[in-house]
Amino acid sequence: MNAKVVTISSGKGGVGKTTTSANLAVALAQENQKVVCIDGDIGLRNLDVILGLENRIVYDLVDVVEGRCRIRQAMIRDKRLPELFLIPAAQTRDKSAVSPSDMIRLCEELRDEMDWIIIDSPAGIERGFRNALAPADLVLVVTNPEVSSVRDADRIIGLVEAEEKGPAQLILNRVNPSLTKRGDMLSTDDVLELLAIKLIGVIPEDESVIVASNRGQPVTFANNSKAGQAFHNIAKRLLGEEVPFMDIEANNGLMNKLAKMMKFRGD
Amino acid sequence: MMRLKQPETILIKGIREGLLITLGEGDWQSIFASLMEKITEKEKFFEGAKLALDVGNRTLHAADLGTLRDRLADKNIILWAILSNSPVTELTAQDLGLATRMSVPKPERIIKSIESSIPGEDAIFLRKTIRSGFKVVSNGHIIIFGDVNPGGEIIAGGSVIIWGRCQGVVQAGVDGDQNATVCALDLNPTQLRIAGIIAISPKRKGKPQPEVAKIIAGQVVVETWNPKSR
Ligand SMILES: Nc1ncnc2c1ncn2[C@@H]1O[C@H](COP(=O)(O)OP(=O)(O)OP(=O)(O)O)[C@@H](O)[C@H]1O
Ligand SMILES: [Mg+2]
Repeated sequence: MNAKVVTISSGKGGVGKTTTSANLAVALAQENQKVVCIDGDIGLRNLDVILGLENRIVYDLVDVVEGRCRIRQAMIRDKRLPELFLIPAAQTRDKSAVSPSDMIRLCEELRDEMDWIIIDSPAGIERGFRNALAPADLVLVVTNPEVSSVRDADRIIGLVEAEEKGPAQLILNRVNPSLTKRGDMLSTDDVLELLAIKLIGVIPEDESVIVASNRGQPVTFANNSKAGQAFHNIAKRLLGEEVPFMDIEANNGLMNKLAKMMKFRGD
Repeated sequence: MMRLKQPETILIKGIREGLLITLGEGDWQSIFASLMEKITEKEKFFEGAKLALDVGNRTLHAADLGTLRDRLADKNIILWAILSNSPVTELTAQDLGLATRMSVPKPERIIKSIESSIPGEDAIFLRKTIRSGFKVVSNGHIIIFGDVNPGGEIIAGGSVIIWGRCQGVVQAGVDGDQNATVCALDLNPTQLRIAGIIAISPKRKGKPQPEVAKIIAGQVVVETWNPKSR
């Protein structure tokens, strides 16, 4: 096995990195992949909460890096999906406890045993982001269809390029079709025109995401939510499947693009 | 073939630098004697003259030339140059501080051929999107083949050409060059300055078009690029 390291970043905080990390990990594990999530948000750990594994933490990332335990001991196995693991972040405030080369070493050790290593990065472009970026094979940038979040995504995409980890791919999260229709929210086209990178997923604004997170049961476990479906689609695309984009933005964006393409063909 | 006419033994010519005397064939001692004779004959004419002497192929040594110079000096004639085809004579003359050429050859007038390659000015070229938080700075001109996104910055001593959309901050002619221009396929900058003057750009209506910003009468003016009236 030779795992692919996927880093989830955003620049701006609160756009859905941790939600995405948890759901992608679950969705990939449901596709029979061996997955380990690493919470790179040292000091503000919450991937464990979203995954509902909080009460099982004994060792964390800093313990591994500082040699207090072996990697295996810090990997919490998810009882719902035996191929899903979590390496939680430390609650320590010392963000410099982990370095980019520690992360590279850690991932090298995990690569042989896993199919996917999903790293949830903290907001911002500081040390934690550098740590999460260092071992990445692929960077997924999460943004909301909103100006300041797109601006920060642009910054991240530039930094990923500068570190020669590009091109990053885009996840557009919390899309509200009725707001987009009214022109009160950026459309997928608007965002893509500016960021000029490949889109790998569009996730609708969905109450069930919040409910699921609070229960420690990511939406991807339940099969009836649109957001859950969108995350499953991303997982499939990561596995190389061609999955058409969901019709959550009916009447704009992709649909328009498709309509235009058809028109061109007809001419 | 026999020569019909012996060349004049001693030829005297007025030149810009004074007098030029060309000595014909014959052995040095006798030609030297007849030269002195000629000078004595026309003492008034030679008085104070600056003399260049062409000795032909003769090989003359320091003693010969030294004597010559002294005797001429007696007649108040300044010997300043010895012209000779003999390298030995030339070197001897040079040792005595005499010139061996009539005049310093003037540098040949350089006739410029019609140059068809145009030198141009320095510019830097980037084929990429300039994203938020990134900056391109150059003393010369800047050419971007790509977009300049909001939060991206272009700072040029010269002009800026953006083959793409410009939504960032652009400064051209930062050192005060009022001739600097900014062009983009879609010029919609957060802020645009040329030579420190800030453009007040009305929000564009309708389809994007290639535009050129430049200073006209102390103001930054943005015009649609018109292939007919450049
Ligand atoms: N598609 C969605 N629909 C509704 N709510 C969502 C969606 N995605 C995320 N959220 C909510 O947004 C909030 C922030 O999400 P999350 O913690 O994943 O963001 P983050 O980028 O990891 O934040 P931070 O930068 O603080 O780490 C959470 O309350 C989450 O439940
Ligand atoms: Mg988070």
